[in-house]
Amino acid sequence: MHRTLISAFVTGLLFGIGLLVSGMANPEKVLGFLDLFGNWDPSLAFVMGGAIAVGLVAFRLAGQRRQSLLGEPLRLPARRDIDTRLMLGSLGFGVGWGLVGFCPGPALVALGAGELKAVLFVAAMVVGMGLFELLERRGGSGAIATGATHKVDN
Amino acid sequence: MSIDWTAFTPWSALLGGILIGLAAAIFVLLNGRIAGISGILGGLLRPASGDVVWRVAFLAGLILAPLAWLVLADLPPIRIEAGYPLVIVAGLLVGISTRYGSGCTSGHGVCGLSRLSPRSLAATLAFMATGFATVFVMRHLLGG
Repeated sequence: MHRTLISAFVTGLLFGIGLLVSGMANPEKVLGFLDLFGNWDPSLAFVMGGAIAVGLVAFRLAGQRRQSLLGEPLRLPARRDIDTRLMLGSLGFGVGWGLVGFCPGPALVALGAGELKAVLFVAAMVVGMGLFELLERRGGSGAIATGATHKVDN
Repeated sequence: MSIDWTAFTPWSALLGGILIGLAAAIFVLLNGRIAGISGILGGLLRPASGDVVWRVAFLAGLILAPLAWLVLADLPPIRIEAGYPLVIVAGLLVGISTRYGSGCTSGHGVCGLSRLSPRSLAATLAFMATGFATVFVMRHLLGG
């Protein structure tokens, strides 16, 4: 139990340092990448490339195991269908991302750096996530009752 | 399109990306979980016993990263051009949409593509497309 908490903390820390090193905690730089039709900064593609190169190996190794090295069950998403929720959600996320240059990880890192606008962004983001929960509960899709479908969220 | 060679930082981008990949690797190999930030944060709004503390530990690490960084060096610049109203609108949109779409840049873009997940590929193409489109509209149509 404690070891998984330490590794969770270290993962968050390393992720945040990676975002700082790569420049992706800076919305100006992210927008430089998203400005494909202007003066384009390809850096974000290199960040993704570096991360995925390592990730490919890691997930391949993980996929061959019955449980994690700390004895935890592997909680990997199993769904492969591409549904409307996935697509509309992702399309909407891209709009929000492009408006300011923040996605959730960098916003939390910038919050930790004491940026007031990042604090506001994160507060609004949590409200947005809360709205999702409310709408889900109203919708009564049954997903909430078990929580099973969301254990494997990305 | 022209490449902004003064802004382009391939080496630090690659190094930072490798660190992010290592973080995702540690998480799946030790904890058996996907390092997806929106899912980890959003899951806190649906608290279940035994499912809260690890999320807090992860988020604490992420938020404390700048502080750890400050021990060794000055923080790199963080420039947020957007005004407050836009920041709030974007935050709301990112919050609700990443939950509907089951992930963001980390969960779909990094972990999902690393898992060769078709859902994550579709999601990543979708948010990249609207990200590009939004910046095009904001900078080149509205911004002049």
